[in-house]
Formats: sequence, C-alpha cells, structure tokens
Amino acid sequence: MAEYLASFLGPEWQWIAYAFTAVFSCVLLLALVVTAAAAFTWAERKVSARIQDRLGPTRVGRRFGWLQSPADGLKLLCKEDLIPAAADRFLFRLAPYISFCTAFCVFLALPFAGGFVALRLNTAAFFILAVAGLEVFGVILGGWASRSKWSLYGAMREAAQVVSYEIPLGLCVVIPVMIAGTMDLVAIGNDQAGWFWNWYLFHDPFTFVTFWIYVTCAVAGANRLPFDMPESESELVAGFMTEYSGFRWSVFFMGEYASMFALSGLGAILFLGGWNGPIPVVALIGDGVSLTGGLVPVPDGRTAELAAVFLGNLVGMTNFILKATAGVICMMWIRWTLPRLRIDQVMTTCLKYCIPLAAAMLLGAMLWTYTFPGGVLGALRPAPSAAVDVPSRSHAPHGNALHGNALSRRFASFRGSTFQASGSHAEHGNQVDHPVAVAFRSRQEN
Amino acid sequence: MPAERLDSGTVEVDVATDEMLLNMGPQHPSTHGVLRLALRTDGEIVVDVTPHIGYLHRCAEKIGENVTPRQWIPVTDRLDYLAAMNMNLGWALTVEKLLGHEVSEKTQHLRVLVAELNRIASHVVAAVCYGLDLGSFTPFVWGFREREKILNLFEELCGARLTYSYITPGGVTHDAPGGWLDKCDDFLTQFAPCVDELHALLTSNAIFVRRTAGVGVLSPAMAIDYGCTGPVLRGSGVDWDLRRDGESCYTRMYEGYEFEVIAETGGSYPNDEEYPPVPPAAVLGDSWHRFYVRMLEVVQSMKLVRQAIEKYRNTEGEVDKPIKLKQKLPEGEAYLETEAPKGQMGFMIIGDGSSVPWRVRARSSSFCNLSVVRELCRGVLIADVVAIVGSMDLVMGEIDR
Amino acid sequence: MKIENMLKQLEDRYGRWITGSNAEVIDPWIEVAPQRLPEAARLLRDEPEWQLNMLHCITGVDYFEPDEKKAAKVDWQPHVEVVYHLSSMVHNHRLVVKVMLPRWKDGVEGQLPELPTVSDVWSTAAWHEREVYDLIGVRFTGCEDLRRILCPEDWEGHPLRKDYRQPPEYHGIKTG
Repeated sequence: MAEYLASFLGPEWQWIAYAFTAVFSCVLLLALVVTAAAAFTWAERKVSARIQDRLGPTRVGRRFGWLQSPADGLKLLCKEDLIPAAADRFLFRLAPYISFCTAFCVFLALPFAGGFVALRLNTAAFFILAVAGLEVFGVILGGWASRSKWSLYGAMREAAQVVSYEIPLGLCVVIPVMIAGTMDLVAIGNDQAGWFWNWYLFHDPFTFVTFWIYVTCAVAGANRLPFDMPESESELVAGFMTEYSGFRWSVFFMGEYASMFALSGLGAILFLGGWNGPIPVVALIGDGVSLTGGLVPVPDGRTAELAAVFLGNLVGMTNFILKATAGVICMMWIRWTLPRLRIDQVMTTCLKYCIPLAAAMLLGAMLWTYTFPGGVLGALRPAPSAAVDVPSRSHAPHGNALHGNALSRRFASFRGSTFQASGSHAEHGNQVDHPVAVAFRSRQEN
Repeated sequence: MPAERLDSGTVEVDVATDEMLLNMGPQHPSTHGVLRLALRTDGEIVVDVTPHIGYLHRCAEKIGENVTPRQWIPVTDRLDYLAAMNMNLGWALTVEKLLGHEVSEKTQHLRVLVAELNRIASHVVAAVCYGLDLGSFTPFVWGFREREKILNLFEELCGARLTYSYITPGGVTHDAPGGWLDKCDDFLTQFAPCVDELHALLTSNAIFVRRTAGVGVLSPAMAIDYGCTGPVLRGSGVDWDLRRDGESCYTRMYEGYEFEVIAETGGSYPNDEEYPPVPPAAVLGDSWHRFYVRMLEVVQSMKLVRQAIEKYRNTEGEVDKPIKLKQKLPEGEAYLETEAPKGQMGFMIIGDGSSVPWRVRARSSSFCNLSVVRELCRGVLIADVVAIVGSMDLVMGEIDR
Repeated sequence: MKIENMLKQLEDRYGRWITGSNAEVIDPWIEVAPQRLPEAARLLRDEPEWQLNMLHCITGVDYFEPDEKKAAKVDWQPHVEVVYHLSSMVHNHRLVVKVMLPRWKDGVEGQLPELPTVSDVWSTAAWHEREVYDLIGVRFTGCEDLRRILCPEDWEGHPLRKDYRQPPEYHGIKTG
C-alpha cells in the first residue's frame, strides 16, 4: 500500500505515504484488537455461563447480550479514577499501557493472511516472542506500584511464571521454524498451503506433541487457568490488578485478551496452517475453472487479479481468525473446568516437564526432518516428475536442496503451475505468490 | 476496669526484615466469612498463621440469657447458617434433655429427614466452595444449582430458605405439606448423577489432587487433642460419629436407620468400590481426605433421607408441636452434642426455674477446627493456607456466635 | 460401670482434690479445687479407666443476681463456675468437671479470679480459656497467649458477667 501511495508523490514527500500507511495499519490493528477484546469478553461470559449451566448476559442487547461488552466498557470509562494513596503514581499509571502496548505490538508482525500483514518481517517469529515477553514488565510494575503486598505477590509470581514459560514456548516455536527454514511467518503459513495434512501439526509425530506443549505454554504465558497464580482470584483478590479499577483495569484486561488472541494466532500459523483452510478450495476452483473450458466467465486483467487476490486474502483472514478464536475458546473452556496450580507446581511443570519435553521434541523433529524431508506425508508420497521446477525460497538461509524438494512435493497439487517464488516480489507482500494469483495465472497461461 | 495491656501478640509489628506480615482478611474471597489470618511469610512460605476471630460476634449467649428457649431458636439458625436445621435440632434436643421431654416417633423421623437433607446441602456447599478456593469455578455453580433445589424444598416446608427456625423444643413448627415427600424423593433421584459429576471435576481431578493431597496432614492424636470433630476428625481416620456413638437422647433418633460412618478404617472406606479411588499421593488426614469424607457423607445422607421418608410415611400419629413459649425450665444443667455437618455442635442450658435460662452456651465445631489451623500451616505456601482453611469447612457464624 | 460407682471410686482415690460431686443430675459432675485442676486434668486424661481424651467445652458461668430481691431468694453465694465438659472416645463416657471461683480475686473488685490452665493437657483448652477470659473474666495462669478472642483486644469489661454494663462508646462509636 505504501508504494502505491508513494507513486503519486514526489521524492521529498515519499515519507507521507509511508507514515500514512503505518498509521492506517496501526489504527486498523488497534480497532481489531479492541474489538477482539470486547468480543472475547462477551464470548468468555457466554462460554463460562453455558459450561456452568446458566445463560450469561441476555439483557443488554436483546437475546444474546452482545451489547454487554460495550456497556461494560462505557461503565469502566465512567468510573472514578482511584490510585492508592501510597502508590507510585507514575509507575501505577504507566503499567497498564506497557502491558497493552506489548500485547498490541505482537499484532504488527502477525500475518492475518498471506497478504494481510502490517509488517512483514523475515524474523517475525523471533520478534513476536521477544515483544510478547515484554508484557511481564507491565505486570511487575503494576504489582509493585500498587504498594500492596497482595499485588506484589501477584507480580512476583507473574515474573517467575511468564519468564520461565518463555523458554519452552521458544523451543516449541523453533520447531516449525526449523521445518520451514525461515522465521518469516508468512512463509511458514504459505508452506502449509493445500490440504490439511500439509499443516505442521501432521508433519511428524514430534511436531504433533510439540503443539500440545505449545498450548500449555501459551496458556501459562497468557496467565490463564490453570496457570493464573498471578491473578488468582480466590487468593490474591485479583493479584497485581487488585488496585486497578476503571479504565486502567480495562487496559490490562484488553492486554490479556490481546495476548491470548496473539498466542492463539501464532499457534494457528505455526501448527494449524494459519490462513489456509483444510481444503484448498481456491486451487481446486482454479482448476475447475480451467476444466470447464472457459464456460464460466472470469474477468481478465491486473485489477481483476488484485481483486481476486484481495478476496483470497479475505478468505484466508477469515480462516485465521476462526482458528485463533477456536484457540481462545479452548483456553476459556480449560479455564472454567480446571482448578489452578500452586506456584511451585507451575514452576515444576515448566522446568521439569515442559522444557525437557520440548527439547526432546526439538531433537526428534530435527532428526525426522533430516531423515524424511517432507514430513510424514513427504515420506509417503512418491517423488514428483521433473516437470516441476521449484527454486528454493529466497528467505531460506542456505537454500538447501532438501528443503526445495519438500516444497516441490507440497506444491505438486498446483497442476502444471510454475511457482515463481521470487525474491523481488517479496517486498511487495506475498500477493503474487498467493494461490489465487497462481491459479489465476495458470488459467491465463492455459 | 482497666483495659488490658496491648502486648505484641495483639498488635503485629514488622520486626524481622526478612519476614513479611500479610493480612488475609477479614475481607477476602476465600476465608469463608470474616476471618482474619495474620500470616508471617518468608517469601511464599508461611512461617506463622494467627487467626483472629470475633468479627461476627453477635452476643448470642448474652441474648440467650434474656429470652426463652423458643425465642432463642432464630439465634441458633444464624450460628451455622448453612445447616440451620442441625443447629435447631441441637438446641431443641438440649432443651428437651433438660425438660425430660420426648417427642413422638413421627416427629423424630421428620427431624431426621430435614437434618440430613440440610447436611447434604451443607456438604455440597463445603465441597464446591473448596473447589472455588482452588480455582475451579464450574462445580461451584453446579453445586449451588442443586442446593437451590433443597432450599426450595425447605421453603415449601417452613417458609424460609436459609434460617428455618423449624425444629423447636417439643417438636417442629409445621408438618410436611402434601406432596412434599414425593418432591424430596424426586430431588434425590436426580441428584445422584450430580454427585458423580462433582467427583469427576474435583475428587479425581489431577490438579485438585496435587493441590490437596498431602497438604495439612492432621494426625488423629492431634485432632482429638485440639477438639476437632466431624469430617475433620473422620478424615484423619478416627471412626467417631455422634449419630452412632453419642448420647442416647440423640442416638435414639437414628435407631433403625442404616448408614455407614465414613472414616477410613482398616485402610479403606466403607463401600469404596462405588466411589473414585483414593489417589496414591493422598495421606490420611490431609485436605483431600477431609474433602472425600464430605463427598461420601452426602451419599450416606441421601440414604438416610430416603429411609426417613419411608419411615415417616409408615408411622402413625401426629407430629408434635413446640412447647409453650413461656415454658418454665427446671433448675439444672443440660449439655448435649449433636453431629452437625461441620462437626460436633454442643449446646448447654442452665435453667433456674423461670422461663428464661440462666446461661446458654453454644460450643461450635468450627471453633476448634480453626484452632488447629495454626499448627497445620507452619512451613506451607500461601496457596496451601487457602487449601487447608478451605478443607476445615469453617463458618464464621458458629465460630463467633 | 455406672457413673455413680465411677464417681465414688474417684472420690475414694482422689478425695483430697475432689471437693464435691453429684451423680443424680442430668450431667453428672465432680468439683475440683482450683489449684488442683491441672493435676486432676492429667489424671482424668491418662487414667486407664477414664481416658477422658476429648475436652469439648469450657464454659464460664457467673452466679450473681444483680436484683437484690431475687438475690435474697437464691440458695447459692455469688461465685463464678468454670465448667469443663469431657468425654472419652475410648470408653464412650462423659464427665463434667466444675471449678468454683470467687467473682473477684481476694474480694477486690476489678481483680480477676485466677485458675491454672489445662492447655498442656488438652491443646484445645487454649482457645476456650481465651473465650472464658474474654466473656466471663477469669484469668488462666500459665496460659502462654491469654488475650481476648471474640471482643476487640482493647474492649473493657467482661460481657457475660451479670453486672456488666456496656460502655456507651467504643472509639467514638456509640454502642447502644
């Protein structure tokens, strides 16, 4: 988008285009995150209610109470701004914003679809992990600045828990990165295009187990039950959030739901195929169109191609949001079912179970990928004919031939298409690599 | 009279720089009422716990010296308000012991019915609130849903949901209305699967077991020494239940009823093949066993209610009405303990010839159960204090009176 | 063994510290001299025939009639009774132990009567004794932590005494 706008401006005014794009992306993401937080609050109340054999909000907003979240938000905005007399005022005010901003920053690098990513980084996975880890500062500051012993306990527990669980989380993330050969999340997502068995979840048994370890670490990283010691309601009232009320509390709250959504989305990209649906509809339709021998009129031209690509991205984004939402709902489901672990049991789970297991899975996945490059299915599928010529991805550090073979097998389903994984197009986003574009072009060539 | 000197035991002062003084309560989500636990902690490890009570003291015993026994019944309701029927029963039996009064058999069966139904309600609340303390929100709502049905039954019987004032010295205030016994039967039928659900969510849950097994192990000798009674005592393996072992004026109410006393004798619980197995990590006398005893007692109470319904239906005669409001009490003392859900609840009445007692005393089980918390909580984590206090099933109403 | 025989046996064996008994009443009791209480408690707990290992309750009763006309009719002198309800889980029998104390020590109003503690015999006695101290006003010597339990720590007076007058204010809050 930035380049498109910049093309209208002179050399000195290029920056306006980029600034506008940046602001536009941020606003869009902020709107998305806040809406997601509101929606998840509603979902939490409804899910928890149904699990507990009751209804949840049913008054505000007709039958399903969907206006409850905006109503609560409005109420929180109108609340009295309370700061404890002994609290450190500056840090007290600062803490929720740190928490929220770090949770929000994760979305900058998180792709919602092949072409929908605010900032396409080739170290996206690393960036996300690093930024998500900063959230703990907001919590510690909040607990410390409240000058309440209970809040301090919550903060200390949070520090221990989140920082410890970052290690197995990182190990779990390394495995898909290793399989894909890149930290670029867009590339990892595209790598899983096709049928659902291309998803890394089914790549090999070690990755399958890793997914479940990832789920555990994500729940711990998001401070959800059974790992919600930092804000355990029945012990610490609300842990580090005890002294927060009104808008500040809602910022913390939004940060928590944002991080839940982000971790869930990250898991979806890394293991569940991201924005790819279980059935490669687009590729099949593309073939179907060519099969009908041109009876179905499809417009030609660059604009049509862009529109089709946009539509494809939209479908992909829907897929991604559905998967991430399913992950969040699962987190809610777990929360309302299980009791919470004591802090030393939380640490034991991390240090004695998650880390060794994740490390073992890493080793296993490494050996498996070396032995069976295409994963389980790559091992089962016969070698393709020489018709497919697939250059290795430009992002892969060494462009090893093994990796190229894996990709070639996976994209063999795009019949007869020549896949241009071009480095030059990468800066413009992945639009031309999108399966829709590919199918489009293949139809044009036929 | 000079005020007592404030010593360092009453006013906590932060003397050691390593230790932190933490106040759990009196307003706290998991101290089961207005209980203040002053914790001295070294990081997360608790060095000492000092319970402070008296926030709910409502001068019940002083009131008892100014009103007649029948007028004191609403005060007994508010002692253990979760099991008000049992409180009423204890007081009624004590006054009847002083008067030498015996109620008819039909009245006794009705008393057993409501007392055991209230025991179910009380144990369900104890169990699910324990789960709530440990972070399990869903069983709490499910348990309260079932308890609501019991409360509806009681409302139909005597007009009140929580403070019944139903069992009075001399009898009960109302006879069971038509169709009420069938409703009790129906409730029990639909309640049995819910117990299994609670077992699945709590008793057998791995995280619940990790939080409660081995936590707050109370030896039988210490339990008796500290006067612990009820599920706390039976959870330590002491086979003692006043419904079987108590005074005759109480045990005759349960004559002819078949029920098991839930305590681990000879290494196993009675009929244990019907219930989830004891996990290997659980030690006799720990919080898990106290919880387990309550869950199993619910089933025994269900049996008792069914038997009471049948016996009531088959007994001829009328249900006794209460004694006169200004019944003159003979001179003398009577003390009686009954097996309330939380433990042994004792009432003492000293009559002086007038209609108003000279002295009234309520001895609550939670009072003694709380006194042992200090010993159990040395060297545990803060989260374990919550687990231990929750397993004691305290009600501040009866501790503070 | 019937309770009358048991009480007779106690009196025969320990007559020096049993100053009274009554087996005819609803709850048979023995009366023990105050200074002999800890010794008696230990014997009652450890004696094989008794083994009264559970202390249920300690109750303080103030026998004082503030109304002069009624005071003339009663057949007891003003005193404070401390009543111990004991039972044995081994033999399944019960016993009540009473101790008679003067209302004020040495007759001086304001000085609380004293009684040795039994909390080293039955640990539960500690809290019950705190309650008796709080509400009736009996000082238990040897108790390591004797402070009020139900009333606030700085409360004045002992509410369950018959001549108790409620203070009009507590820290500026009206009490009645």
